[in-house]
Amino acid sequence: MFADCADPKSLEGLVWFLCYLTTGKQVLFYWSFLTVLTLMAITAPIALGFGFGGALATRSHIAPLRWLGMGYTSMVRGVPDIVFFLFVPVALDQGLEWIRHKTLCPDWTEPVRQGADFVVCAAAKLPLSSSPQSVHQVYGFVLAVVAFSIVFGAFAANVLAGAMQAVPHAQLETAEAYGMSRRQVSRRILIPQMWVYALPGLSNLWMILIKATPLLFLLGVSDIVYWARELGARKSQIYDFPHPDWRLWYFLVLLVFYLAMTRVSEVVLRRVTRRLTRGQATMAGEAMRKAGA
Amino acid sequence: MKKLALMTAVLALAAGMATAQTVRMGTEGAYPPYNFINDKGEVDGYERELGDKLCAMAGVTCEWVTTDWDSIIPNLLSGNYDTIIAGMSITPERGEVVDFTQNYIPPAGSSYMALKADANTMGRISVQVGTIQADYIASSGATLLEFATLDDTVAAVKNGEADAVFADRDALLPFVEESKGEFVWAGDEVQLGGGVGMALRKTDTELRAKFDAAISTLKADGTINAMIKKWFGDEAVVF
Amino acid sequence: MSCGQIILDYGLRSIGIGAQLLPRGEFSLCHQFTLIGSGLIWNIYFAVLALATGFFAATGLALAKSARARWLRKPAEWFIFLFRGSPLFIQFFLAYEMLVLLPRGGFDIFGMTVATSWLTKAWAGALIVLFLNTAAYSAEIFYGALMAVPKGDIEAADAYGMTGWKKFRWVIWPTMLRLAWPSYTNEAIFLFHATTLVFFSGFPSFQQKGDALYYAKFFADKTFNPFVPYPIAAFYFVLLTLSLIGLFGWVNRRLNRHLPGARPRLRIRPQIIR
Repeated sequence: MFADCADPKSLEGLVWFLCYLTTGKQVLFYWSFLTVLTLMAITAPIALGFGFGGALATRSHIAPLRWLGMGYTSMVRGVPDIVFFLFVPVALDQGLEWIRHKTLCPDWTEPVRQGADFVVCAAAKLPLSSSPQSVHQVYGFVLAVVAFSIVFGAFAANVLAGAMQAVPHAQLETAEAYGMSRRQVSRRILIPQMWVYALPGLSNLWMILIKATPLLFLLGVSDIVYWARELGARKSQIYDFPHPDWRLWYFLVLLVFYLAMTRVSEVVLRRVTRRLTRGQATMAGEAMRKAGA
Repeated sequence: MKKLALMTAVLALAAGMATAQTVRMGTEGAYPPYNFINDKGEVDGYERELGDKLCAMAGVTCEWVTTDWDSIIPNLLSGNYDTIIAGMSITPERGEVVDFTQNYIPPAGSSYMALKADANTMGRISVQVGTIQADYIASSGATLLEFATLDDTVAAVKNGEADAVFADRDALLPFVEESKGEFVWAGDEVQLGGGVGMALRKTDTELRAKFDAAISTLKADGTINAMIKKWFGDEAVVF
Repeated sequence: MSCGQIILDYGLRSIGIGAQLLPRGEFSLCHQFTLIGSGLIWNIYFAVLALATGFFAATGLALAKSARARWLRKPAEWFIFLFRGSPLFIQFFLAYEMLVLLPRGGFDIFGMTVATSWLTKAWAGALIVLFLNTAAYSAEIFYGALMAVPKGDIEAADAYGMTGWKKFRWVIWPTMLRLAWPSYTNEAIFLFHATTLVFFSGFPSFQQKGDALYYAKFFADKTFNPFVPYPIAAFYFVLLTLSLIGLFGWVNRRLNRHLPGARPRLRIRPQIIR
């Protein structure tokens, strides 16, 4: 099959199509699905960590920390996530380079901002301009992960803060009456119990994360949307496989991919919820017990 | 992680690789025949061939990166790559922000392309955002329609969203030739800009001098003219 | 140029009134505040109309989803799944690509020509997508609330001899709305945020008329400095969100005013966001 693809202009019908679907460029498109899945897999736990920290901060007794937590949790409600996606990677990149510049090249006298240029010494570049392209791509990807984690961490902080408040107060008071310290109450009573309350919100958050991934291409990561646009665009005779504008079909593939992703997630999350609800002192847990009996 | 890759190709051109400086070449990859991503997923086109030659002559190792057109200058300034080689016309407005090498394509015309020759060139004109053609249309009084890529602008004409597309004549040429009469030229050709050159950060004077010298050599021995003819056809304007 | 003059020139630039060209060469704070603020008109336009129309569609969809009849329930379920299960970004793009496929000259129906070309414009096409989108999300919220309407309320209505429309209008619907309101407030907030996507996928901007984020990006690209325009856009959206919370909080108080010991304040925790 692959040997036949050497001269694409002479091909027709199914063979042409099979050859087309196995070009190097198409393969990059297939790999980009993995990019998106990787992003989700990495972002989810990090965002959960951010959210956990944020939620704990909102309950802190130290005022500045509490304000920080409050600010963090409410920022996503006030500002569209896309603004963060456009802003965070650039800010982070320049911030990191500036810090490295200050530490690595202390005797550099020229200003960092020269007109429109952002100039740091060669050693402070991130990644170093001599590093291979793959390093640059990984770096870009990491920036995207951080941007997503910050935004979804704030969402998660909201959910977790709500869940912490939903844990029955009597439980915490009882623990205090037993002489536990605040830390002990948090660690032994609050946190183990809050998850079941947080689950609906977190499931919902996972769905939103899935649906936010097309914005990756705005961050300069070549994701599935990037490739769908590039491959679907009309191709002239200068290409090996000329074809008319096929973007509609490529985007329909993306639509099916996303619908499948959300469907599968829905089914899996429903199972997880059932498993976690079992034996819990909630309405759903009670209903399950009765149904079983 | 390597597979997460954009399209790129690492080219070791200079023999003494270990000592050669790495120059990252930023291009759009969606503007044939200037630059495009071929079916192998690599950057290809006139500028790829020229850029590789220039790098070899300047004694640097070149690496090709693609980026969206509308953020191509900001990404250069923030240091994501070192040059822009993406069919970018030399204009005074851009010259305030970046420094251009001398042109490697002589000033060429911009044209309207439409479904019929008598299309209204003062009507709805689709252009690629951030191009000199966009600036021209914005001030000409016609209704400006902005799209992110050249393909989008052409698609807009095909589906009737725009009366005509206004872009570099050389970039539209393949569309006219291959459409079997569907697309035709409309209105008059317009001369814009001072030809196409490479753009570099204003602080990178040394590298710019190297590329400038290399372009001079290639112009003098006729290599550039031969390449323009190869990629843009025999009727293209040469030096 | 004085700031007053700039406001005159660019304050309504996003709807085509004022200066023809966007600023060149000078990008003062006043320019950025004015133009980004002017773009906000589009965000408000999209969000308000989509929410106002989507609200009724959502009520209908929620009822259809809770219907016993299969032919009513299944389409509603599929519609909700389609629009909640896929990214808005993809929906915008697909909608645009499909709308441009419609015949340019319009359809001929019974000798009358129905024009179609306006559908590909952002003001109409993107609005339709946002309408369908928010209808699906709100329908899911309303459906959840509908299922949570206390059984006793309905039994009481039955005892009073209420049926059909009357029962729905005076008993089920108000309760459903009251229960759904906190979540619906969130939906409204996030729909406002979603309007920033309009000019980022598919729909082109005419004569550089765009929304707040379109202009913020314009400035970020021109000044090569993202640290000014994006925070300005963020500032505007925070203001917008706060006023939205105020408005919805007022409605919430009205919805709950008959309840003894009603919570005076709307507590919005984005437990379920879109």
